[in-house]
Amino acid sequence: MKIAVCVKEVPDATAHKRIDAGTKRLDRSGEGALNAFDANAVEEALRLKAATGEGEVVVVSMGPERALNSLRKALAMGADRAVLVTDDAAAGSDLVATSAVLAKALEREQPDLVLFGQQSSDSDGAVLWAAVAERLRRPVISQVAELTLDGASLTGKRQTEFGYDVIRAPLPAVVAVADSINEPRYPSLKGIMGAKSKPQETLSLADLGVDAGSAGGQGSRTEVLALSDPPSRGDTQKIEDDGTGAEKIVAFLAERRLI
Amino acid sequence: MRVRPADHPPPFAPSDAIAAPTDPADERIEVGVLIVGGGPAGLACAIRLGQLLKESPGTAERLGDVPVAVVEKGKSAGSHLLSGAILDPRAVRRLFKGRLTMNDVPSYGEVHSEAVYLLTKGAALRVPPPPTMRNHGNWIVSVSQLARFLAEQAESGGAAVLPETDAQKLLVADGRVQGIRTGDKGRGREGQELGTFEPGSDIVAKLTVLAEGTQGHLTGAALARFGLEGSQPQIWALGVKEVWKVAQPLEHLVHTLGWPLRKSSKYGEFGGSFIYPMGPELVSLGFVAGLEYRDVEFSVHDVLQEFKTHRLVRKILRDGERIAWGAKTITEGGFHALPKRFHAPGLLLAGESAGLVNVPTLKGIHYAIESGIMAAEAAFRSLQRGESPGRVGALESYDEELRGSYVMQDLREVRNMRQVFDKGFFMGGALASAMTVTKGKLPPKDFHSEANADRTLIRTDRAARYPAPDGKLTFDKLSSVFLSGNRTRDDQPNHIRIQRQVPRDLADLWVRMCPAQVYEAGAADGEGTVTVEVNASNCVQCGAITAKGGRLTPPEGGSGPEYTIT
Amino acid sequence: MSILVFLEHHGDELQKGSLAVLSKAAGLGAGDVAGVVIGSGVERLAAQAGAHGAATVYVTEDARLEAPLPQPRVDAIAQLVAEKGIETILFAQSILAADIASGLAARLEAGLNWQLTDLAAGDNGLVGKQSALGDSVVVDVGWTSTPRIGLFRAGAFDPSEQAAAGTVEHFEVQLQEHSLAAEMVEQAHAEESGPSIEEADVIVAGGRGLGEPEKFALVEELAKVLGGAVAATRAVVDAGWYPYSAQVGQTGKSVSPTLYVACGISGAIQHKVGMQSSKTIVAINKDPNAPIFEFADFGVVGDLHQILPKLTEALQARKS
Repeated sequence: MKIAVCVKEVPDATAHKRIDAGTKRLDRSGEGALNAFDANAVEEALRLKAATGEGEVVVVSMGPERALNSLRKALAMGADRAVLVTDDAAAGSDLVATSAVLAKALEREQPDLVLFGQQSSDSDGAVLWAAVAERLRRPVISQVAELTLDGASLTGKRQTEFGYDVIRAPLPAVVAVADSINEPRYPSLKGIMGAKSKPQETLSLADLGVDAGSAGGQGSRTEVLALSDPPSRGDTQKIEDDGTGAEKIVAFLAERRLI
Repeated sequence: MRVRPADHPPPFAPSDAIAAPTDPADERIEVGVLIVGGGPAGLACAIRLGQLLKESPGTAERLGDVPVAVVEKGKSAGSHLLSGAILDPRAVRRLFKGRLTMNDVPSYGEVHSEAVYLLTKGAALRVPPPPTMRNHGNWIVSVSQLARFLAEQAESGGAAVLPETDAQKLLVADGRVQGIRTGDKGRGREGQELGTFEPGSDIVAKLTVLAEGTQGHLTGAALARFGLEGSQPQIWALGVKEVWKVAQPLEHLVHTLGWPLRKSSKYGEFGGSFIYPMGPELVSLGFVAGLEYRDVEFSVHDVLQEFKTHRLVRKILRDGERIAWGAKTITEGGFHALPKRFHAPGLLLAGESAGLVNVPTLKGIHYAIESGIMAAEAAFRSLQRGESPGRVGALESYDEELRGSYVMQDLREVRNMRQVFDKGFFMGGALASAMTVTKGKLPPKDFHSEANADRTLIRTDRAARYPAPDGKLTFDKLSSVFLSGNRTRDDQPNHIRIQRQVPRDLADLWVRMCPAQVYEAGAADGEGTVTVEVNASNCVQCGAITAKGGRLTPPEGGSGPEYTIT
Repeated sequence: MSILVFLEHHGDELQKGSLAVLSKAAGLGAGDVAGVVIGSGVERLAAQAGAHGAATVYVTEDARLEAPLPQPRVDAIAQLVAEKGIETILFAQSILAADIASGLAARLEAGLNWQLTDLAAGDNGLVGKQSALGDSVVVDVGWTSTPRIGLFRAGAFDPSEQAAAGTVEHFEVQLQEHSLAAEMVEQAHAEESGPSIEEADVIVAGGRGLGEPEKFALVEELAKVLGGAVAATRAVVDAGWYPYSAQVGQTGKSVSPTLYVACGISGAIQHKVGMQSSKTIVAINKDPNAPIFEFADFGVVGDLHQILPKLTEALQARKS
């Protein structure tokens, strides 16, 4: 079976992420790293491959050429192959454009299962998997904390606001895994050193038959208009407890309609 | 009874870091030349080797699938590197001769002008820069950025650069160095194997180059094992620095002496500050103090914060924003503390871990690069047909090259400058001037220095003068650790070796000394000692503890700070 | 401009978040606002929608729509958008809503802006306010085409009463094959142990100031009476007082509940970054200089061993 894992290189999560005031896009000039949540997806793919005893794990991504470094981390963990769609015209793509490009790359691969990580540390909540599943016309299950493959179908246990759902879907399917699903492995030294010689393919938009105008900033349907500082939290109140501290907290909570 | 850190040695012996290979032969990772440390010395060695091997495919072939490998314990090359820094470009030019110039190397331009100030609490007296502090022709760099650049160069020259890989043990068998053993990953607080446990590996190589920088873990073990220790004990200073975005460009390089350090020799406070422009928008500033200080309340981090409140510095930082922080020790023993030899069978020592730092000029990066180049050339010679790096004496030529080079000449000239400051600021200053003018010929007698941990401790009320952190100009340690990019896993095994039950003075010394707030003095236990708690995941691996009675060992590869611009 | 708001329901109620977005949309004064309710046996919910600003409530009912799965809902909404010429579709953040919004964006080739904390009618259409990069920056975002899709952050605002017609209109949905492929085998039911800290609306957290592990009982009792989850700082998890799964902070979890009560927590940045986007922060600490007081909305300097039991008692009394 072939499992495709969609991964992304994101700015390394040290103290200062910033949006560039000029381009109004996230400043990606510093170190990049494999999105931590994607490591869970890669790990799950590797476990599924090990459980079925055969198959191929291919990591698929869209980004600048140097994102290959992060893809190599996935290869070092044990993925078999990497495919990177890289094209200047794709920079600044929104959800609509990104999902279109990824779907084309995935169609080319024809995987039995597509895995995503839970979220991307650089966009606070992009929900790419559902858009990609829609384009592939495949069932999608998100927030999966436990995944079992059962021949031609899979079962996912997912955590929602109300507790756990158990959902079944036939393959081929798209699954987004929660970070609680597993603890990603450390790549072994042999894995790290062997990663470079595993197949790594770069594709342009033209290779995928995607028109440059439908990707990147041009093909995006949303725009950033302005940046500003967040509103301050407002006044902080601080009191000394003279025995009535608890009551005052209750009054405060009531006033804010929190109780 | 005075407390001395050396009287409470850590539960660690250098032999703990030496072992024979244990992995079965077919599981060992084989490389040609193994370089430990992805800093300027190690990467220069890898780059030079790449150049030499390209012209000599026969030799390259004999080195196998991975002719050159560099292991680095930080998240990436540069993650654990920190310096001022002013770079003497001669070694970089030699390394990239005919290929690149200084304009291709990431930097903040050439030094234009500089100023040295003697500070008192309220004033700044400009003094002529001593001859050792003339930086015309030198370049301003971030050593962390430089390393990232050198790593790319090394990789495009064919070296395998392996970050997140710590070297835990030096593999020695049959009287020669065989390689290293890397550390385990995925152990829990008590050392237990977690679900993600990945054991370390033996990496065996024909030749191992140790370029670990300050407080080299394997270097210390190798010096002991092969009887290479120098005539005088090695000593260190601790530097804490910040990078600021500033509202107005800083026009010149600044060095200061004096306040807030105390002049009397009884305090043992030697050091000063640097403030360097990094282009028109950034400033790198830091405070460096020798670890021979004696006051348990002395804290370099807090002295840096206090220093920033001086009129001179406030002006520079006004309306600015702190964007980086870090701490690291600097090797300060100079010429007298150099190892007896820089090689052993199958082993070469390069860069700062071999002691190659010029304290009066505050420079070491170009020595690191120069020694890396020489190590590569010696390694290459020893790998020629008919030769073997394991043969006793095969690497002799490295020592000869190093000792005949300007590196050794420079270090020899300034050999007594640092040690004389044991005599206090004024006496030391006079002696230092005498030395500079005579290029090291006067005074004739070589001074002897004391190991940092041998210094007896005193207690003053120094801490009362540290400014309370205001979050704008001055900062506390925890928020600084955060800014260093440290995201070390909390449940890792404790990598710091210290006696846990020590006299209160020693505990307090450690608490203040550590810039990352790793140590906490717990409850007294009624016998004059207290228990020391260790918050190991705060550690930014500066190495100060090793100089003052403990021992830093490398934690899980990839842990620690993630410096980018320091 | 026509706006459609997805009204999520659970059991017998429309979700508070959906009603909040509905009333917000109605308050924009940018034209008629409709709601859509999708499920099985859900018509009775339509009345609530009218009370919060829906001029029309589209309802589609089908046994196949009973399970809260996203893809059939994409079919339903896409169909409505095409039939009624709807220009803007709004959602309140939830796991289900996010999946629907994203699938819908791909289906309609429509722009999707998420993490919205506000929306306003501008000269060229709608402009949203998006909170990004861990709440460190506010981004004004727009849409370059219609239809537009907006996903509002949980708890961005409260529902308000906006009386409107609430006329119910039924429609039949054509479900696509791939939308029917996923099957709900077992639907979620509330766990007895209370919400997980990531999903909890209220979190009560304990730190070093508790003094000893046993004192976590005070935190647990307060959490229970508030219906919230219990969290812990790195320091106490390190010391073994509470499990790592409860750790909030730089190396633990990031949470943004409606209410965060910090007990005996200093507020060092390593903890702060994990909870600073909580809507309301209450802090109890005996150290008046603790950094937490700089960003807590309400802080009490005092002994938590006295204050917590009293607080729990007072809240318990209010409930009964």
